[in-house]
Amino acid sequence: MLGLPISYRVWKVWRRNMVTFMRTWKVNFIPPFLEPVLYLLALGLGVGSFISDIQGVSYPRYIAPALISIAVMNAAFFECTYASYVRMYYAKTFDAMIATPLSIEEVIAGELLWGATRGLIYAVLMFPVLLAFGVIDLPSSFLIFPFVILAGLLFAGLGMCFTAISPGIDALNYPSFLLITPMFLFSGTFFPLNLLPPFIQIIALALLPLAHVVIVFRSFTLDMISLSILPSLVWLASATLILFIVSIRLMKRRLIV
Amino acid sequence: MEADFRVAHPEKAHAPDHKEPGSESAREMVVEATNLEKRFGTLVAVDGISFRVYEGEAFGFLGPNGAGKTSTMRMIQCVSPRTSGELRVFGMDTQEHPREIKQTMGVVPQENNLDPDFPVREGLIQFARYFDIPHADAVKRADELLSLMALEEKKNTTVEKLSGGMKRRLILARALMNRPRLLILDEPTTGLDPQARHLIWEGLRDLVSQGNTILLTTHYMEEAAHLCDRIVIMDHGKILVEGKPQDLVKRYAGDYIVEADSTQEVQECLKRHDIIFDAYEGRVQIFTQDPKEVTRLLLDECSMGGEVAARPASLEDVFLRLTGRTLRE
Repeated sequence: MLGLPISYRVWKVWRRNMVTFMRTWKVNFIPPFLEPVLYLLALGLGVGSFISDIQGVSYPRYIAPALISIAVMNAAFFECTYASYVRMYYAKTFDAMIATPLSIEEVIAGELLWGATRGLIYAVLMFPVLLAFGVIDLPSSFLIFPFVILAGLLFAGLGMCFTAISPGIDALNYPSFLLITPMFLFSGTFFPLNLLPPFIQIIALALLPLAHVVIVFRSFTLDMISLSILPSLVWLASATLILFIVSIRLMKRRLIV
Repeated sequence: MEADFRVAHPEKAHAPDHKEPGSESAREMVVEATNLEKRFGTLVAVDGISFRVYEGEAFGFLGPNGAGKTSTMRMIQCVSPRTSGELRVFGMDTQEHPREIKQTMGVVPQENNLDPDFPVREGLIQFARYFDIPHADAVKRADELLSLMALEEKKNTTVEKLSGGMKRRLILARALMNRPRLLILDEPTTGLDPQARHLIWEGLRDLVSQGNTILLTTHYMEEAAHLCDRIVIMDHGKILVEGKPQDLVKRYAGDYIVEADSTQEVQECLKRHDIIFDAYEGRVQIFTQDPKEVTRLLLDECSMGGEVAARPASLEDVFLRLTGRTLRE
């Protein structure tokens, strides 16, 4: 696959993570239920009461797709940074795995697929909450799920690149607040991108994957699907593919000496 | 222990010649390294070594820290690419057939890497999945090995709650899950108490007596002498000597060692009698076939005031003689 020695064995790595995740499912399932409720109350009802609408859309409905996008980003990115780093460096789980018929490429690809899955689990759990608030449309909103996997894989790959080059676990704080936090705020999540100066808009669309994820998800949850999302889909697919390959290469360089 | 050891290896006591490379034709070659080299940048960790390990053999790598033992093990395990030379395991190139080789290999790494997210028994079953072992077989095998390693009572315990010795036993159990034809152990008993060490040794001896091949690194000379049919002593990335432990002792340390306090007087006296000795840390060491004669000489003719002791030579003497007494690292 992609010129890498990757077989069905990636699912063994994925399954290992799934099993340990499900062991503590109760605590893992709380944030996806709680987060959208808190955001919709604080931003939707609180801040939103000062906003009549954005481009003809009520504020809670405007931010709903952003909430899913952000949750997927956080779930996948933090799984493949801190959690993967702990497995790689402290628990030496990857070392144990590559002493079996698994290849390093399969171990990392399995981690990436698991990071994407974690994003998917979050999105699936948030979905009924957003539905209950009446802020996403049916059935068009169901279309987000395949793209949740794509976005999850992208943020997993992005996180894994940082894991591969971080000298220590503390260094992972840099991408967290230098990349993830600004991305969370400036990707058309809580206000339209076009309110920003043009050059920041260009930077956001050129560099911030979340901006494209939000464009795609919003068109689905508001049932306003058009060809205008096509560039974003191409951007996301290309970035995901590149990050998938680059993150595996970087991890191999780090671990195989 | 000694008695068990002999019972377990009847053929080894009688046919020592069959351990030597060259005279071996019937048994399969498990590991074959030719001019194997590993460099990390400018550091030469393994400097063109050649050796062969045959089926059913317990083969030991001895050497001080930084000698290149672990680097060699990691190349055999197919997790570290070689810089140059040839390396075959079960006749297969380690870089071309890593999966096939790893499928029939068990590894006990130097550092514990037990999966902390699984309780003992479940961890073994999870590990078996990486080898495509069917679930029912894995469960059966896990229970067998837990009982063999005296870990049955701990089967639902989390790994972090185990003692050092239990962790080591569990890691050995894990390495045996796939019924490996070759077991690689990198310092299997470092940091263990004597009880735990002997339990692991017993387990390893049983494995060898069942025809398994074992490759281990250690810097416990007693461990090497106990377990290994054949050893190599490595230093600075090179193999210094290779052979059966008892042969190496004979060849490099003789039968007995007489030790005495070193004084100017004693050293001059020994030189006068043409007796070769090593002097260090205020002691002289004489390698000899005839400890009685040397002791008499020291006491009678060298007017020794201090203590004189004679003891059989050991692998440790060979090791220190060959690798020196300078502290490494």
